[in-house]
Amino acid sequence: MSDYNFAYLDEQTKRMIRRALLKAVAVPGYQVPFASREMPMPYGWGTGGVQVTAACLTPDDTLKVIDQGADDTTNAVSIRKFFEKTAQVATTEQTRAASVIQTRHRIPEEPLTADQILVYQVPIPEPLRFLEPRETETRRMHALEEYGLMHVKLYEDIARHGHIATSYAYPVKVEGRYVMDPSPIPKFDNPKLETAALQLFGAGREQRIYAIPPHTRVVSLDFEDHPFEASKADHPCDLCGARHTYLDEVITDDAGGRMFVCSDTDYCAQRRAEGHRGRLSPQEDAA
Amino acid sequence: MTPLLSARSIAKFYGTRIGCTDVSFDLYPGEVLGIVGESGSGKSTLLNCLAGHLAPDTGEILFDTRTDGPRDTLRMSEAERRMLSRTDWAFVHQNPRDGLRMGVSAGGNVGERLMAVGARHYGNIRAEATDWLGRVEITDDRLDDRPSDFSGGMQQRLQIARNLVTGPRLVFMDEPTGGLDVSVQARLLDLLRGLVREMGLSAIIVTHDLAVVRLLAHRLMVMKSGHVVEQGLTDQVLDDPQHAYTQLLVSSILQV
Repeated sequence: MSDYNFAYLDEQTKRMIRRALLKAVAVPGYQVPFASREMPMPYGWGTGGVQVTAACLTPDDTLKVIDQGADDTTNAVSIRKFFEKTAQVATTEQTRAASVIQTRHRIPEEPLTADQILVYQVPIPEPLRFLEPRETETRRMHALEEYGLMHVKLYEDIARHGHIATSYAYPVKVEGRYVMDPSPIPKFDNPKLETAALQLFGAGREQRIYAIPPHTRVVSLDFEDHPFEASKADHPCDLCGARHTYLDEVITDDAGGRMFVCSDTDYCAQRRAEGHRGRLSPQEDAA
Repeated sequence: MTPLLSARSIAKFYGTRIGCTDVSFDLYPGEVLGIVGESGSGKSTLLNCLAGHLAPDTGEILFDTRTDGPRDTLRMSEAERRMLSRTDWAFVHQNPRDGLRMGVSAGGNVGERLMAVGARHYGNIRAEATDWLGRVEITDDRLDDRPSDFSGGMQQRLQIARNLVTGPRLVFMDEPTGGLDVSVQARLLDLLRGLVREMGLSAIIVTHDLAVVRLLAHRLMVMKSGHVVEQGLTDQVLDDPQHAYTQLLVSSILQV
């Protein structure tokens, strides 16, 4: 038993967030302002995501928290513990078993289903921020659908690097209307934004909530002669051998040794349990 | 012939102070109108009202749009007005820093207006940008340099290229040669005169430099304390000034 209200926030706050969520779902990709609360964690650690999760959770939910794809990093572990303590909900590391997934910077490899909610932690919700610093101006640009500036950024990429070098937080156009920052997920994950699950985005410091309802059209911006490409490291996973997953590069020594492993730890563990092997897998079962 | 732009009794007040008042004129296609006057005479206020940056308190501004004929730009929705200022209008600021994106390469600066009206082919945008840099005498090896690496004159020419790339019909210029040394000014004026002729542009140029209007403008409006005190053909106004203030202005030029 704890003395916290269910999922930490008081009921009025959760109502306020749910109202913002409803509006966000009704206008896909539109950034809805909300009265973000002080949370018992620093800004940048997922205060927005935590508030959205708190507003969505019911006692029957099963929560999964991932940080850069991993279930076992500080951010993931502490947020999972936070909800174990304040909401007493069941938690899991399996994508399939979860009904609410809070994520930082990744979309799970396993396809999501219609009864799941994916909650993103967003540091900077405004895709035009680094091009146009004035908030008044960016809101007007969204309102009038003036998105030429977004392509200026991509143009600069090609002019400087020969290809679109933006590799994460790659801007997308939602349902042919709003240009949206999909939070810093790798652009490899962009095609997965079109899914059966409900996707909610919370930015705590910036006090914005936005959403992509299930089966919404999400198009990554590009040029006709430089089309969007969902890129990843050109290696198989060294633990499970997967060639179709997003990989982390891990430095293993100070002599240039490195390995590539799935960033989605749950998916990688599942594949290993199914008997898949990679280059650096332990050889104990070879005997 | 329908005027491209006609202003009807424009007035703008800052509280009880007059910004500009009772300004009316017609601007025909291909015509260049100069507005001169001392600092604080309301010429920039007037220009900003005309270009939609400021809302005048009274009056109407009719612009001959390509599709619907003459329309009052003050009654248009903001989306329409901004569309107009991306396509048919151009605004050249006195300080190129106000009109350029200093963190974006020269090519990106020129390409922005193209992308804003829907160009989505990198190769074509780049070719167009290269072409325009050539027309304002910036070599193509500077295409990927940032405007902050350019000299003042080059920045001003880049700003002009950026504005003219979508083929506007009306250009607003706020002291385009201010802050440049005389030889650079001369080249810029030469360039502007060429472009205005070649593209058949109409332009409204605000300046306090009578040499600029003498070279560029067909007609001249002289402003003082928010009022238009004299208007007519440029040579007529400058050679035979009627109003006391115009006479003062003309006689203030140092003869070397």
